[in-house]
Amino acid sequence: MRLDCPTCGTRDRREFTYQGDALALDRPSRDAGDAAWDDYLHNRENPAGQTRDLWYHDACGTWAVVTRDTVTHAVHGSVAATDATR
Amino acid sequence: MRFSGLKVLAEGLRGQKGWTPQWRDPEPKPAYDAIIIGGGGHGLSTAYYLAKEHGLTNIAVLEKGYLGGGNVGRNTTIVRANYFLPGNSEFYSHSLKLWEGLEADLNYNVMHSQRGLINLFHSDGQRDAFARRGNAMRNQGDDAELLDADGVRRHLPYLDFENTRFPIYGGLLHKRGGTARHDAVAWGYARGADSRGVDLIQNCEVTGIDIENGVVRGVQTTRGAIRAKKVGIVVAGRSGQVAAMAGMRLPIESHVLQAFVTEGLKPCIDHVVSFGMGHFYISQSDKGGLVFGGDLDFYSSYAQRGNLPMKEHVMDAAMTLMPMIGKARVLRSWGGIMDMTPDGSPIIDKTDTEGLFIDCGWCYGGFKAVPGSGFSFAHLMATGRHHAPAAGFRLDRFRTGVGLMDEEGTGSQHNLH
Ligand SMILES: Cc1cc2nc3c(=O)[nH]c(=O)nc-3n(C[C@H](O)[C@H](O)[C@H](O)COP(=O)(O)OP(=O)(O)OC[C@H]3O[C@@H](n4cnc5c(N)ncnc54)[C@H](O)[C@@H]3O)c2cc1C
Ligand SMILES: [Zn+2]
Repeated sequence: MRLDCPTCGTRDRREFTYQGDALALDRPSRDAGDAAWDDYLHNRENPAGQTRDLWYHDACGTWAVVTRDTVTHAVHGSVAATDATR
Repeated sequence: MRFSGLKVLAEGLRGQKGWTPQWRDPEPKPAYDAIIIGGGGHGLSTAYYLAKEHGLTNIAVLEKGYLGGGNVGRNTTIVRANYFLPGNSEFYSHSLKLWEGLEADLNYNVMHSQRGLINLFHSDGQRDAFARRGNAMRNQGDDAELLDADGVRRHLPYLDFENTRFPIYGGLLHKRGGTARHDAVAWGYARGADSRGVDLIQNCEVTGIDIENGVVRGVQTTRGAIRAKKVGIVVAGRSGQVAAMAGMRLPIESHVLQAFVTEGLKPCIDHVVSFGMGHFYISQSDKGGLVFGGDLDFYSSYAQRGNLPMKEHVMDAAMTLMPMIGKARVLRSWGGIMDMTPDGSPIIDKTDTEGLFIDCGWCYGGFKAVPGSGFSFAHLMATGRHHAPAAGFRLDRFRTGVGLMDEEGTGSQHNLH
């Protein structure tokens, strides 16, 4: 599997560290309540098909939001987490 | 039909013409008392114990493919009770006791082989941790024995004991640990459930769950609607999709775990050997293949196949631990979809919908749990009460933070197990 780093281009999967669902970018406010925090920390849509997840490019330090298919492992592009629309 | 030595002999003399199918292939009825979604190990054992322990026989198992075509037929078959935390410990202890009586109970040869499991350690700190684990296992009433390097050498002379990075200091021996024939476990439970009247319906995918006013009414399937008073979701890696049919989002991510097997060899590895520091474990199947595996690929996936980095890692670890393995040729590799929870422990619980139950989150360790999970889930579905050994497997422990069971002590977060 090769992934797209928005800074460096297409690179081997070995150069990346996986974080998980891009939901991690939508941090709830402190007082959002335990249901919102439970959804943020634990509950997942866990799609069979298109997903957006966070990968860290160890080589350059870019956090990327990668659009990927969990059934075929096809990669459909990525954007820097700082530019990602929430 | 009962299996016996006499029957095998008689069939041998009669040209094997007297064997009959092991279970029926029934059409789904319009309604059942209970429906189990998923014909893997856990679904089939749940149906078996619902019928055997609770007398519920007007029930069906709905399987979208064929029985045993999921993880139950894809795993590396290790059966053990070496858990540490209260909540897990008593559950796996109960499950191992069921394993020990399983062949007699099912009248089926599941090739359960208690050949002994050895977990290796490579430092003083690790020795202390394993001594502590061993004590926890013995407190639970199970067996554990701490071996020094010479003790390990007597069992496993072929390991590289002087490896520079991971010299072997010793191992924790769990004599009652071992392996079983994975498909046979699914087939044995299927046959046992069918003979008690359970309908096993294959090629029947559940596509919807009918709920009215918070009460489950039945399911929609590719073979039509089926009504039921109780429904149990037991679909392992597919738990997220099926739970979504009931409007639920689960604390589960599906990941791929790979396994490997070599060409058949003469007997050379007599135990199950676990090399935790290299995320590597191995045993030899009765057919002669060396069966081994490692860690998750570590990205969410439904592909049932993995990528090269983890394959390389596993081969590296194998060569580090037992250089002799370099002479064997790998025959096949494959992957399965693991239902990973944040704390690495499973879920057996009711849902907010009355009559709807869920059994999931077995991560990469659910094969050994097949008897215990079916027994405890059947108890919950039949009586509405949690079965004591599985009472800790609550769905709400993540939200409340109470009763998390993080066996590895790495934290309760999705990418840590
Ligand atoms: C490579 C690998 C190695 C492993 N090694 C070990 C090990 O050594 N020891 C151990 O204890 N565990 C091990 N495991 C884990 C173990 O295999 C699983 O935890 C366990 O098998 C999961 O439960 P199951 O048998 O019920 O799952 P499955 O066999 O996957 O059953 C789920 C069933 O549900 C069906 N299903 C899904 N969706 C639907 C639907 N909508 N309608 C109808 N049916 C549906 C599927 O087709 C499937 O047959 C391993 C797993 C893998 C992949
Ligand atoms: Zn980069």
